[in-house]
Amino acid sequence: MTARFFETAGEAVADIRDGSTVLVGGFGMAGMPVQLIDALIAQGAGDLTIVSNNAGNGDTGLAALLAQGRVRKVVCSFPRQTDSWVFDGLYRAGKIELEVVPQGNLAERMRAAGAGIGAFYSPTAVGTPLAEGKETREIDGRTYLLEYPVRGDVALIGAHRCDGLGNLVYRKTARNFGPVMATAAALVVVQVDEIVDTGSLDPEAVVTPSIYVDRVVRI
Amino acid sequence: MSLDKNAIAEQIAADIPPGSYVNLGIGQPTLVADHLAAGSGVVLHTENGMLNMGPAAAGDEVDPDLINAGKIPVTELPGSAYFHHADSFAMMRGGHLDVCVLGAFQVSAGGDLANWHTGEPDAIPAVGGAMDLAIGARSVYVMMTLFTKDGSAKLVPSCTYPLTGVGCVDRVYTDLATFLITGDGVVVRDTFGISFDELASRLDVPLLRP
Repeated sequence: MTARFFETAGEAVADIRDGSTVLVGGFGMAGMPVQLIDALIAQGAGDLTIVSNNAGNGDTGLAALLAQGRVRKVVCSFPRQTDSWVFDGLYRAGKIELEVVPQGNLAERMRAAGAGIGAFYSPTAVGTPLAEGKETREIDGRTYLLEYPVRGDVALIGAHRCDGLGNLVYRKTARNFGPVMATAAALVVVQVDEIVDTGSLDPEAVVTPSIYVDRVVRI
Repeated sequence: MSLDKNAIAEQIAADIPPGSYVNLGIGQPTLVADHLAAGSGVVLHTENGMLNMGPAAAGDEVDPDLINAGKIPVTELPGSAYFHHADSFAMMRGGHLDVCVLGAFQVSAGGDLANWHTGEPDAIPAVGGAMDLAIGARSVYVMMTLFTKDGSAKLVPSCTYPLTGVGCVDRVYTDLATFLITGDGVVVRDTFGISFDELASRLDVPLLRP
């Protein structure tokens, strides 16, 4: 179905349920869907699994969601940062589960989910502690690990412009996980800086085609 | 005389072939960019999704949507390109990146790399793109001091820290020597303020003369 446009972030995330797996875009603050995360905090869903590159910075955004005890598990590549004290505290207290995934495998596992791939073999992390428990296979003399898709019930992403159908363009390195997460969740909610007339985006330059986008809110 | 970090970066920059696609790891490896010759044509890749990254942004140039893998504001150069994360890591894994330069806690004589985790029980594991870079780039150069502050060698027979990648390091650039990890063993290509024999006496790794 074509995208629906919402007046507020709150309406766009109103039906996210307890226990959902939520893919959250952004790398650092670039591309971070801050208003959608704030709306999720206000909305109240808990027992969430969050898939994102980091596990929150400072006391706002993802960190605020974590601080409210609403997240059961974080799947990410880089939780530990100078300002990740909220996650650090929960993790050390045993109050949150962590799955560390190499950044490229994290992206590819979501790509696989979005592309209908059942699993794939990756050379990343072979021979390291992150290979523990994973099936290995030698192909043409090289060892690979079997990696399964990561699929979201919901994706919350930030983009720059959207047209009336839901086609998206991003801005500079704020693109990061957005296009991949947009393919990998049952419900894709996008916050954008600007909504433009259908037909005014160059079709050659559309990054996320509208088919992947379910809900849009302009911030 | 031993090299400081800028002199190590200069050594690495001089060894990067003109026109290479290069990823510089977070921290000291970023210094290599300052020593690339004008007109080298080297194209820098940053794994958060950009090719032909320019220098750090200053003043009015700072744009929160334009950052490098270390989350530092950077600039575009003519011919820059943006792409998403899955494409960015496909560039590494697919063998398209010519060189990456990484820091390390330890490198083994066989080229194993340990640079992501100290292994301390209360340390929170965080890997980022280190494992993808280590196995993906066609040449992996390590930039590090040869000894820790307490004098332990960081070029070792086998790593005691958790591994980032197996047999992936090609060269090790340090303050005291530059090492080539080869199928025959560890070759000392250059020494700085130390003799080959003294170097050999301070390391547990058999060393080959160039």
